[in-house]
Amino acid sequence: MKFGVIVFPGSNCDHDLLHVFGTVLEQEVVELWHKQESLEDFDPATDTVLVPGGFSYGDYLRSGALARFSPIMQAVIEFAGQGGRVIGICNGFQILCEAELLPGALLRNEHQKFICRNVYLKAGTSDSDMTHTLDADKAYSIPIAHADGRYFASEAVLNELEANDQVLFRYCDADGNVTQEANPNGSVRNIAGVCNPSRNVFGMMPHPERAAEELLGNTDGYAMLAGLLKKVLVTS
Amino acid sequence: MTYLAEIHVMPHKELLDPQGKAVRNSLPNVGVTGVQDVRIGKRIELTVSADSEATAREQVEKACKAVLTNPIMEKFEYSLKEA
Repeated sequence: MKFGVIVFPGSNCDHDLLHVFGTVLEQEVVELWHKQESLEDFDPATDTVLVPGGFSYGDYLRSGALARFSPIMQAVIEFAGQGGRVIGICNGFQILCEAELLPGALLRNEHQKFICRNVYLKAGTSDSDMTHTLDADKAYSIPIAHADGRYFASEAVLNELEANDQVLFRYCDADGNVTQEANPNGSVRNIAGVCNPSRNVFGMMPHPERAAEELLGNTDGYAMLAGLLKKVLVTS
Repeated sequence: MTYLAEIHVMPHKELLDPQGKAVRNSLPNVGVTGVQDVRIGKRIELTVSADSEATAREQVEKACKAVLTNPIMEKFEYSLKEA
């Protein structure tokens, strides 16, 4: 059982993930260079691919649009198709949407600003590897750092997401109320993260890996990643 | 033959265009007060080698649909001429 972190030109949260999965969670974790064309060492039944945050290809054209065509992404699409776990955070979420592994798209923030601060999230479902151990009523404080984080999908897709229980996280206030005021970027229905219908591909704009150690003053992200690990350990 | 494609990419009308909104709000600062709305898109030029106009169109449309635009957020139109 291992984790792989893809490194694109312009990724900048790859080492955060390597550190948290390797040192904090004490798991085997390897770097995957984006030029790699296969994931033959990765077993869809037990291994997990992590797509990190950053500014792959300088966000040229659209965030994630060019990384989606890096050689490794075809292998990631096949890996996901075989049931392999794939998790995208921030730019990783944008890349997975561009690759159509996740529904929807991430648009420029409503107020046109790059936002870098802690926001509150609450789990949208307990039926996912990322959220199954979370307290459904708790507002988790997790940092965001993005300019293109406004989740958007058509009404039909949104209704389907909700009917299938695919919303992982919603932006909320400190008391867990999902309100327009607590929505930092204008995301539709306050959506901060979603999964695919098969529940093996996950994407979220906030950064749990930046909030996983006492030293950093916030361990709310640890709860999400430890919950994920627990699920991975049970199924592998 | 060499063809030049001029592609215009625009955000869908129903989507908020925060860039356009920011520009609209700035225009009164230079005395331009009559602008009701600003929408900002992209113009992309492709120089294409192809045997025929039809093949050039095929390549341009494939590029637009696969890479240059995301249909969830944008629409495109293009014109093609011999370079």
